[in-house]
Amino acid sequence: MPEILSAPLVVEFPFTRSLGPVRSAFLTGLRERVVLGVRTRDGRVLVPPAEYDPYTAEELGELVPVAATGCVTTWTWNPRPLPGQPLGTPFAWVLVRLDGADTALLHALDVPGPQAVRTGMRVHIRWARRRTGAITDLACFEPYDGPPGQPGRYDGEFTDLVTLLNAPARLDYTYSPGRAQTRYLRALAEHRITGERCPRCRKVSVPPRGACPTCGVASEEEVTVGPRGTVTTFCVVNIKGRDQRIEVPYVYAHIVLDGADLALHGRIAGLPCDQVRMGLRVEPVWSGDGRHPDHYRPTGEPDAGYQTFQGRW
Amino acid sequence: MEPPQVAVVAYARSAPEEDTAGLSEAELLLPVLGEVLQQAGLRPGEPEFTCSGSSDYLAGRPFSFTLALDAVGAWPPIAESHVETDGAWALYEAWVKLLTGEARTALVYAHGKASAGEPERVLSRQLDPYCLAPLWPGPEALAGLQERALIDAGELAEPAPGKGPPAGDGAAAVVLAAGETARRICGRPAWIHGIDHRVEPQALGVRDLTDSPSTRLAAERAGAYRASVDVAELHTPHPAQEVVLRKALALGADAEVHASGADPLMVAGLIRLGEAAARIHRGEAGRVLAHATSGPCLQQNLVAVLEGERG
Repeated sequence: MPEILSAPLVVEFPFTRSLGPVRSAFLTGLRERVVLGVRTRDGRVLVPPAEYDPYTAEELGELVPVAATGCVTTWTWNPRPLPGQPLGTPFAWVLVRLDGADTALLHALDVPGPQAVRTGMRVHIRWARRRTGAITDLACFEPYDGPPGQPGRYDGEFTDLVTLLNAPARLDYTYSPGRAQTRYLRALAEHRITGERCPRCRKVSVPPRGACPTCGVASEEEVTVGPRGTVTTFCVVNIKGRDQRIEVPYVYAHIVLDGADLALHGRIAGLPCDQVRMGLRVEPVWSGDGRHPDHYRPTGEPDAGYQTFQGRW
Repeated sequence: MEPPQVAVVAYARSAPEEDTAGLSEAELLLPVLGEVLQQAGLRPGEPEFTCSGSSDYLAGRPFSFTLALDAVGAWPPIAESHVETDGAWALYEAWVKLLTGEARTALVYAHGKASAGEPERVLSRQLDPYCLAPLWPGPEALAGLQERALIDAGELAEPAPGKGPPAGDGAAAVVLAAGETARRICGRPAWIHGIDHRVEPQALGVRDLTDSPSTRLAAERAGAYRASVDVAELHTPHPAQEVVLRKALALGADAEVHASGADPLMVAGLIRLGEAAARIHRGEAGRVLAHATSGPCLQQNLVAVLEGERG
């Protein structure tokens, strides 16, 4: 079995989230170096504040400031910080109950090693120098041996409220297409198009995916198909896609290659758009070092009859 | 009309030591689905309902579960559904479907390809996007907070010696069947006596991390406390969590407990249900509890009680 192909795959998604009144006040507060909690009907103060009581589901809205000092309720050592985490050097993840709050907040504690952490130890907030209205405005916690802090100053409103949160995320993957598509892609590099025949229904799928999608059984018999084929259906594209280098109008078609039972997609060139038709005989054109055919062009053969490709869309 | 009784009648999983590097979802699933359908005497496409569990975030590809359908035989069109979590919850959905009487057999499967990405980073994306996700805490870190809380409470002697091996890639599948169909397929069906799933409050700092009220409630509603169980199959992504689950499920020190270890993500919970059923199929046990979990620090918990034929 030759080595399975793989390639880096980066997924990035920049979500913008609306905050609602409670989280909006909380995150604006962090920008102003004030931590806000929310008071429940039974008098507990939740930090971070929730919009609804987690036990009664009652809507909450009475915001109260708490102190920037508190105590560690539990912790764990993080010897190898990952990208995006609050500190670049080893740190402790901690849940901290701030003075005046009844619940705990997760963040990082900046200490030299695990021996410098214990449950119950006193800590206070180290604020980020540049604050934008995000949980990361709280840079981290650090050990603190002073008296409990006073609640932050909050008179019920902020000017210039933060209402949106930009939450970018990047995840790095190694994509592998699997055994069947590796074989397909390796053959394509030699300008050869392959499919796989289903042992049950005998149909040839192109591109192959290791299984017959109709029968749900493994398909491992490799078959070389084409290179010539027949246009089964097509459309004329008149709107240019973003970052697309192909000029419009162009024709995008389903092409069933000779010997295949499933059509693949391809662009048709080499004749005017209004002359492309069902049954047109075409062949692939490779250009440069591209692994996939750049487009398909007419072979000049007579058109294929409808019954020769009926049902093989 | 009385809802029918529903049983797990077949179970298969990929071998933990199998070399699955670079396999596509369909290639990962094909042998497992082939085996479970053969056990049940069903052809691909023949189960009257199909439900799967997996996560696009693990593979890094949107709608990755649709590609897995190549392995199912989904044409002519089948009745099919998917849950974006552990396959144990897909089993729950299939169980409900069979209770309605709309289907008599169901194929349930799960697959996980965590090797494509970095689970410690990927799984942080399931957290509260305002206060937790921007800090990128991973599941190991959060489980560490739970472990420390257990040590401080005197319920655990010391931290587990490092984390276990990382979860590999894999797949598992079961077949469910109702009433007489189940008896026809399987000599000793594992009847689902009860099954329920519950969730903890979302914020970690609100919870008592040494306890699992959601497991207790799910177990109560699944009928777990009505009689003792012969064996308990527990899904513990982190070893310390066994302490929490034993307490919530009232399993004494003498109870036979199997914990999950490093089974594949999104599959581990379904494996516990399948292993519980297989004990009944083999005649080793008469009443087995199975547990599955999802999310940080046992956030969501599913409990099922499976029983062999009485009398």
